[in-house]
Amino acid sequence: MNFSIEKFSATRRLVLQGTGAVALFGLGGLAAPPARAAANDKYPEEAFKLKTDKDAIQALYGRTAEASDKVKLDAPEIAENGAVVPISVTTTLENVTSISFLVTGNPNALAASYAIPEGTVPGVANRLKMQQTSNVIAIVDAGGKLYSATKEVKVTVGGCGG
Amino acid sequence: MPIRRRDFLKLSGAAALLPWPRLSRAADVASLYDLPRFGNARILHMTDTHAQLKPVYFREPSVNIGIGAMAGQPPHLVAKAFLARFGISPDSAEAYAFTCVDFEKSAPRFGRLGGFAHLKTLIDRLRGDVGEKGAMLLDGGDLWQGTGQANEAHGADMVEAANLLGIEAMTGHWEFTYGEAALRDNLARFKGEFLAQNVFLTEEAAFNDAKAFDPASGRVFKPAMIKEIGGHRVAVIGQAFPYVPIAHPKRFTPDWTFGIHDAELQKLVQGMRDYDRVDAVILLSHNGMDVDLKLASRVTGIDIILGGHTHDAVPQPIPVKNAAGTTLVTNAGSNGKFLGVLDLELAKGKVGGVRYRLLPVFSELLKPDPAMATLIERTREPHGAWFDKIATSDRLLYRRGNFSGPMDQLICDALRSGLDAEIALSPGFRWGTTALSGDALTMEDVLAETAVTYPETYVQGMTGADIKAVLEDVCDNLFNPDPYYQQGGDMVRTGGLSYACTPTESTGRRISELRLDDGAPLEANKRYKVAGWASVNAQAGKPVWDVLANYLRSGKAAPTRGSGVTLKGVDGNPGIAQPT
Repeated sequence: MNFSIEKFSATRRLVLQGTGAVALFGLGGLAAPPARAAANDKYPEEAFKLKTDKDAIQALYGRTAEASDKVKLDAPEIAENGAVVPISVTTTLENVTSISFLVTGNPNALAASYAIPEGTVPGVANRLKMQQTSNVIAIVDAGGKLYSATKEVKVTVGGCGG
Repeated sequence: MPIRRRDFLKLSGAAALLPWPRLSRAADVASLYDLPRFGNARILHMTDTHAQLKPVYFREPSVNIGIGAMAGQPPHLVAKAFLARFGISPDSAEAYAFTCVDFEKSAPRFGRLGGFAHLKTLIDRLRGDVGEKGAMLLDGGDLWQGTGQANEAHGADMVEAANLLGIEAMTGHWEFTYGEAALRDNLARFKGEFLAQNVFLTEEAAFNDAKAFDPASGRVFKPAMIKEIGGHRVAVIGQAFPYVPIAHPKRFTPDWTFGIHDAELQKLVQGMRDYDRVDAVILLSHNGMDVDLKLASRVTGIDIILGGHTHDAVPQPIPVKNAAGTTLVTNAGSNGKFLGVLDLELAKGKVGGVRYRLLPVFSELLKPDPAMATLIERTREPHGAWFDKIATSDRLLYRRGNFSGPMDQLICDALRSGLDAEIALSPGFRWGTTALSGDALTMEDVLAETAVTYPETYVQGMTGADIKAVLEDVCDNLFNPDPYYQQGGDMVRTGGLSYACTPTESTGRRISELRLDDGAPLEANKRYKVAGWASVNAQAGKPVWDVLANYLRSGKAAPTRGSGVTLKGVDGNPGIAQPT
């Protein structure tokens, strides 16, 4: 039955996405044999402590990113709930080893970083907590270069719709 | 009404540049509604009627500012700038219908607009002109909310009216504020389709197997339908209001997530073009006009967007170029005042020609349909007590406008007086009818300004900084230079608080010079007693309609005053009416 297959895959997707706003670094590492995990597969404690997106990217990758339309960042224009903002990234770039999310308006900009094992479809969906209206930046490390996509997500007190 | 009919006759000669045939000098003034045949498919579009079953007065705005790329462009034109842009003679019935120009003078001459019995007569006539197989009737949403009786019945009365009117498809906005159970009850009785491509189950709801039209995509409702009209296949895609859980309490729609979703829309359009072989694609949208104009520049393959939400009565479609062609964008006003008539010349796989008219529904010119009149009377019958006079209006009372209107001043005054607060806040809704000076005001009128499913008032302490933050937040919903970040609606109204607004400034920097009624500056760290209603958080105070009715009954309404808002940086903007 189509129906049950669809339901199964929807459930599976949910499990893969994880829940909550915590950083899920190392999730990819769990799915792959330890030998093939990325070299930077250590919890990046320092990067998560830094305030600004620039510093966090530098600490995480030691490089700067260039904007690319091959990084597809899907985020709402206006968040329905700033505490759980659904944000996802897919990319057509090849040899992706890492995908990270930064929220420029949060006290600590780096929100999540994922190691992408070789042979994995480079797509990540997660939910981020946002303190205020700000840019969300997705970083993709592909073939040794950093690429980014940015979108403003508005966090509003709501009300007063026509 | 012989005098008013004479007014229509006399004015017809001056209406040379109308986008529809000039009113006839002959005896039959109703020739306004005689449209020459055009094309092979007729799509009738109504939107944002806000459940106004009876004809209404509704004054169009004198302030509707557009900034950035939107400055001076439709729909951000008012009064004379609007008339000039669309070639409407100032002293005409159309000027009265479409603008605020000479409203008080014209209202008694041309009478009320809309009313479902009058709409029914007009719709049947326009359908009859082309034959049953050549026409379709669509509603853009905000059909079920806006009156006391619709609120009490959760819109059930409007479903009956919609069925009798023959609405074949609709989308929604305020419909969602009745909650899922009431919405589904209504849809079970609705004979048309409820279309929404942009409403999805939340992940939690999907995990728990909540009901969805399509569990694979998570779409809660059918996204689109195809109807054969005039021998051609027309796709209609529904686009619900994208910001329901933000503009309204989330508790009404806990399982659903909204948004614009133009990538999903693009896939849908492409699929219908490639696989369903449709000849035309229509988007029935409740995005609001600015959002639709941007969407039309990004999504390809849509022929026409029939728009609503922002209540903009725009007489002509606005063409928008995109990567694959041109999309026409319309917006069809509110409160049943207008009926959009889209005549299409359809050919295999394409629209060969388009004629659009936005017809004002002059109740004086249309004989009410007896069956609809009976239905309306039957639904009103249980509410007899609402039709008794509780006060007489001593001024023109209207709501619509970016910042303020006398009706909302009255509500703010009632809140401050009734709840003993220094400051009042009242939402900038765009629905709510207009009362003329000298009109009797009834509970029905009070409810027409206040009937929502979260009417509870509140009184709370807020610091000056909190208050400014609220004003900035709402102001950004109105004046963000990117329409995708706007929610529609107007600025929150204030009582006991004046301020200056610079719409062209950036987020958080538009509001300044906040002062209390006595002229004292609002202090950031001081707490003030603030009253309000329609909060997105649950409140327990008495419904605002009782507060307003009590204030009106007291006969002590404060005299009318200025808006309390000083505008900066928008001098000469044609979205502001110039003094005559």
